[in-house]
Amino acid sequence: MKTFNEIKRNIKKDYTSFVKEDIAILSNSATQLLNIGIRGLAFDYNIDLNIYEADYNQVEYEVFNEGSELYRKEPKYILLYLSTNKLMEKFYSFPAQERREFAFKYLTYIEDLVSTINTKLKNSIILCCNFPEIDDTIFGNQASKTEDSFLYQCRKLNYLLSEKSVQLNHLLLVDLVGLQNRFGVGHLFNNNIYITTDIVLSTDILPYVSEIVLNIIKVRNGIVNKCVILDLDNTLWGGVIGDDGYENIEIGTLGIGKAFTEFQKWLKELKNRGIILAVCSKNNEDVAKEAFLRNTEMVLKLDDISVFVANWNNKADNIRSIQSTLNIGYNSMVFLDDNPVERQIVKDNIPDITVPELPEDPAYYLQYLYSLNLFDTTGVTVEDIKRTESYQKELHISTLKKSFVNESDFLSSLEMVSLVEPFNKSNLARVVQLSQRSNQFNLRTIRYTDNDVLELAASSDYMNYCFTLNDKFGENGLICVVSLKLVTESVCFIENWFMSCRVLKRTMENFVLNTIVEDLNKTGCLKLIGEYIPTAKNNLVLDHYKNLGFMEEAGKWTLSLNDYKNRETYINKL
Amino acid sequence: MNKEEILKIVNEVFVDVLDNPNIVIDLNTTANDVEDWDSLNHIQLVVAIEKRFNVRFKSNEIRNWENVNEMIESILAK
Repeated sequence: MKTFNEIKRNIKKDYTSFVKEDIAILSNSATQLLNIGIRGLAFDYNIDLNIYEADYNQVEYEVFNEGSELYRKEPKYILLYLSTNKLMEKFYSFPAQERREFAFKYLTYIEDLVSTINTKLKNSIILCCNFPEIDDTIFGNQASKTEDSFLYQCRKLNYLLSEKSVQLNHLLLVDLVGLQNRFGVGHLFNNNIYITTDIVLSTDILPYVSEIVLNIIKVRNGIVNKCVILDLDNTLWGGVIGDDGYENIEIGTLGIGKAFTEFQKWLKELKNRGIILAVCSKNNEDVAKEAFLRNTEMVLKLDDISVFVANWNNKADNIRSIQSTLNIGYNSMVFLDDNPVERQIVKDNIPDITVPELPEDPAYYLQYLYSLNLFDTTGVTVEDIKRTESYQKELHISTLKKSFVNESDFLSSLEMVSLVEPFNKSNLARVVQLSQRSNQFNLRTIRYTDNDVLELAASSDYMNYCFTLNDKFGENGLICVVSLKLVTESVCFIENWFMSCRVLKRTMENFVLNTIVEDLNKTGCLKLIGEYIPTAKNNLVLDHYKNLGFMEEAGKWTLSLNDYKNRETYINKL
Repeated sequence: MNKEEILKIVNEVFVDVLDNPNIVIDLNTTANDVEDWDSLNHIQLVVAIEKRFNVRFKSNEIRNWENVNEMIESILAK
């Protein structure tokens, strides 16, 4: 969230091209800063918000006087901010025997204001702030069970106000109570400023209050999020299903599965409320779907997902096809992915989509997403709840159009570098681990033990390579291993080549081959031979050698080295 | 921190809050000397200075400063 000062700077900017809206602020406290906050933040919502700020403490005059400025301005929105401090003053002025009725009586007063405004301004919408609690501790800890206490009456009023807003379509609440729960009373309220100026809301909280007001206007203008597009591996569950298998992904009791279970429950609630869920994952479709079909710990089932796209195309293209299937605007979509590179590529190519920067630790996903309040609504309809059913159709991936134009620009912008090293003591453990875990990008699926790696490192018949990949978003670490066996002086065999799927489509394969060939050319080697041994999981690399320009020869793949031309790569050697 | 150092930081806060890079204040500067230093911006200056120095001013201090020097005396007193 921007600071108040940053928001205030917006005010000098040019609003003229934005949609125009009118709002009046009526309050029994000083609202000059609130005015600045709302007007300033409106710039970020592309709204030219014209604000009529009534004079200090003129709520009744403006509302009950037919000739008031409020009724001449005829604003569509009216923000009614009655402070808890003034509420308490009123409460204290009540005779003791009537205090039990205080909440009802004050609600009647608010109802009067609301109905009078709505009689004069037929289509207006009233945004009424609720009352952040003040506990005056007159009744100590028993205040909440004492009807005569201010705390009791304040809570009751908040509840009654909520109930009233359920009945009245044109009455919406600005949940200051919620903000106080989130940030604490010390953040909402500066005593010294309040005493000297009668400004109640602190400059720290004004951006959040303004955000609520503007979200209400935005939603009224039809801009709401209707769809969540989800990555799978390490977003919806822990681990990589293609490598780990559907039974070993972290969900439920496995590993940190609890975080993902709670996350999925939240998504299920959203789906039940009418938010469409879609999947966009780099996976083989049948492998990805196994989790939904066969892992009993999964909260989300296949029929919760309206559109399921799992393939190896880039995500921006896949989201475009999801968009055309659902036929909703990008500005009503949210894309959730743990990988910052995927997020960036989507943000760069589809500017209107919302892409939250998920925290690294999945334990914090939910708290972070709660704080963004992505799914504001003016009320839920039956149509909302049926939405998922109507969208539930399979997307035909074969018809996807590749519309991505600037992939090479994107790749070069990543500033990718790779460290190339032989096997050594410091990378030993990772080489063994990667050999055990890689199932998809693994040409011959040879698993290593510590000893195997030590022997290979010591052997003069082998040339071994480890590759790391780092980019401007951070380090991927050691992600690829190749082991070459020198068969004769002029022939070399790729005994092992495996790679983490995290770095697919980064031109890593080309970089690896360029690196190998450069070394082999120095040794006088003329021919490089590769082999693909199929397994249940490595279909991904079926055409690996073909794609790299190898020729098929007796079930193996051959590359002639003397006329090799370097393949295109965006990775530099470190 | 001495007065000079505090003045320098207070000056930075003025520049930031009033969004005007040309503001130069000294110990004798009053609200009348600085464009935009009205009562509304005064509150924002107070809050920003409180944050910057991690102090809380007393309500009476906020009301009674005659010039920048008195403001800085309040900071020094904390």
